[in-house]
Amino acid sequence: MELAYGHPKSLKPIQTKYCPGCGHGVIHRIICEVIDELGLQEKSIITNPVGCSIWADLYFDIDSVQPAHGRTPAAATGVKRVRPDHLVICYQGDGDLAAIGTAEIVHAANRGEKFTTIFVNNAIYGMTGGQMAPTTLVGQKATTAPYGRDPEGAGMGYPIHVLEMLATLEGTRYLARGSVNNAANVRKTKQYIKKAFEAQMSGVGFTMVEILSQCPTNWSMDPQESVEWLEKNMIPFYQLGEVKNTLEASK
Amino acid sequence: MAIKGKPEIDRERCKGCMLCVRACPTKVLEADAAPNSWGYYPARAAAPDKCIACGNCYLVCPDVAVTVYKL
Amino acid sequence: MAEEKRLMKGNDAIGEAAIRAGCTAYFGYPITPQNELTAYMARHMIDHKRTFIQAESEVSAINMVFGAAAAGARAMTSSSSPGISLKQEGISYACGADVPCVVVNVARSGPGLGGISPGQGDYFQATRGGGHGDYFHLVLAPKSVQEAAELTFEAFDLADQWRMPVMILADGMIGQMMEGVTFPEPRDLEKLPARPWAAGGQYKTHRPINHVSSINLVPDELEAKVHERFLRYEQIKKKEIRFEEVNTDKADLILVAYGTSSRVCLGAQQMAKALGIELGIFRPISLWPFPYDRIAALAAKGKRFLTVEMSMGQMVQDVQLAVAGKAQVSFYGRCGGNIPTEEAVLAEARKLLGK
Repeated sequence: MELAYGHPKSLKPIQTKYCPGCGHGVIHRIICEVIDELGLQEKSIITNPVGCSIWADLYFDIDSVQPAHGRTPAAATGVKRVRPDHLVICYQGDGDLAAIGTAEIVHAANRGEKFTTIFVNNAIYGMTGGQMAPTTLVGQKATTAPYGRDPEGAGMGYPIHVLEMLATLEGTRYLARGSVNNAANVRKTKQYIKKAFEAQMSGVGFTMVEILSQCPTNWSMDPQESVEWLEKNMIPFYQLGEVKNTLEASK
Repeated sequence: MAIKGKPEIDRERCKGCMLCVRACPTKVLEADAAPNSWGYYPARAAAPDKCIACGNCYLVCPDVAVTVYKL
Repeated sequence: MAEEKRLMKGNDAIGEAAIRAGCTAYFGYPITPQNELTAYMARHMIDHKRTFIQAESEVSAINMVFGAAAAGARAMTSSSSPGISLKQEGISYACGADVPCVVVNVARSGPGLGGISPGQGDYFQATRGGGHGDYFHLVLAPKSVQEAAELTFEAFDLADQWRMPVMILADGMIGQMMEGVTFPEPRDLEKLPARPWAAGGQYKTHRPINHVSSINLVPDELEAKVHERFLRYEQIKKKEIRFEEVNTDKADLILVAYGTSSRVCLGAQQMAKALGIELGIFRPISLWPFPYDRIAALAAKGKRFLTVEMSMGQMVQDVQLAVAGKAQVSFYGRCGGNIPTEEAVLAEARKLLGK
């Protein structure tokens, strides 16, 4: 009997605070698998901010820096400039990255900062109990959009395709969108993360992996329903794949 | 010779989300009738001899509650 | 120290002092009247192959400082009043995570957009912990280009020693004026104080992981942490009080002022002397910790105080606290970017003295 799939070393073997079925758990694990495969556990730093991401430093067995809400790319900029030989992971949710932190992510991307951003997109604000996010879909209900997101009538605007927006900036080199709804997509997403991390360690920036994730609690669904909802609604809207890949050109 | 596998569930890590049940192609897993100390009903390998060590359960599990062995 | 005296603008001198102190990361955003400092750092940090970023905002800059300092760098940012308002959350985070850094405020007039001429209306913001939560940080107020350079140089060491942000509270006059300045020898970057708590470098020593954070959701634990920090503040109050006194023995009326206002008061004091009138000067240099005890001692000797500020009266409240009702405390101030004149201060003093 040989071990086929086991607990990554750089992930602490403790139960997480995340809700049953939450995508963060899968994302944490695949990041740690890549850290292990690249042998970078003692050479990695994660910046994790407000949002459910705030708990990440309890589970990643690596150094961490906790910035203010939205400022994660700014803090990661500071960290990576000072520790250029380390793997720096800027781990954000949709409020942190696409609402309060829009300036920070745009400018870090524009400067071609050499850290990798992991953008957990679950189309809702998790930690604070289900408010509308910049990535909430049209018609999707949230506590601050109780009748559903109404872009024009109620002036709530449309959901944002962050990667496509950032792709227009020359400083961005690798932008990929994955998902953790099924095993095949989890494998693909891990490959995107590995590509991004390897690019970072070879001195290339800006790299980012957006990951569509389910939030059963704030979508008011059980985990299996939430994964189905993601497949039916989020994947058609936020298309999966490498949105931008100019890594070959950087070589 | 078909690959055979064995999933091992850590009952106390599992939160009973059942995403592994959904992901398993050979219907090895189901919810356990006995809850764990948190009050969750963890996954259970009901038909372990059907396991082909594909790893799907491990891949979708948010809690690393399942370890998969190849026999 | 064979350094020659140079004629420099205050903003440039602060930059030069920071670089010599071992500042390895500077993040700034343009705002008048400190733009020369950002430009100085741009050129010289790049020349020295250190990190310089013109950030997208003052908010971003303070958070870059936070990240860089948390990863081990001697990091600094600078701004002026409205930009310092933007930095308050970041400063609170740095205080809550015990992250050393240097923040320079070349203050102007407010509130709101206000004006670009000098002001001292940021005293409360600086000394009361301008952001949210219970915290304080060192605040040092220079009066000259030379002192601005010296205090900036020292600020980096103090930040590391006490694990907190250190603010240099200058004003637009000091930032813009040109005076002679002599700099200390540059620090050896290899010999800077270690930061065993910082993120990064784990692979060298295989130490346990470090988390630089300020969160604690368990009330008793957070309270204990804050209490521990306040014990450190008590140490700082014992060791880092700084002030300057002129003629406080002879004079009955003491002018209390810091920064540019203190230069004006010095002028008024000398004009008074020529007229045979004795005035004293008490110049706090550390605004936090504030030299309450020394002012109380002077009050106990029967002195009276005239506080002069470029504001509607902020430091005067600390003087009132210090004397605890045992002495008369008067106030004279200008705001809007106006600087009190020596003549006006002298007139005010003469009114109080009845001379």
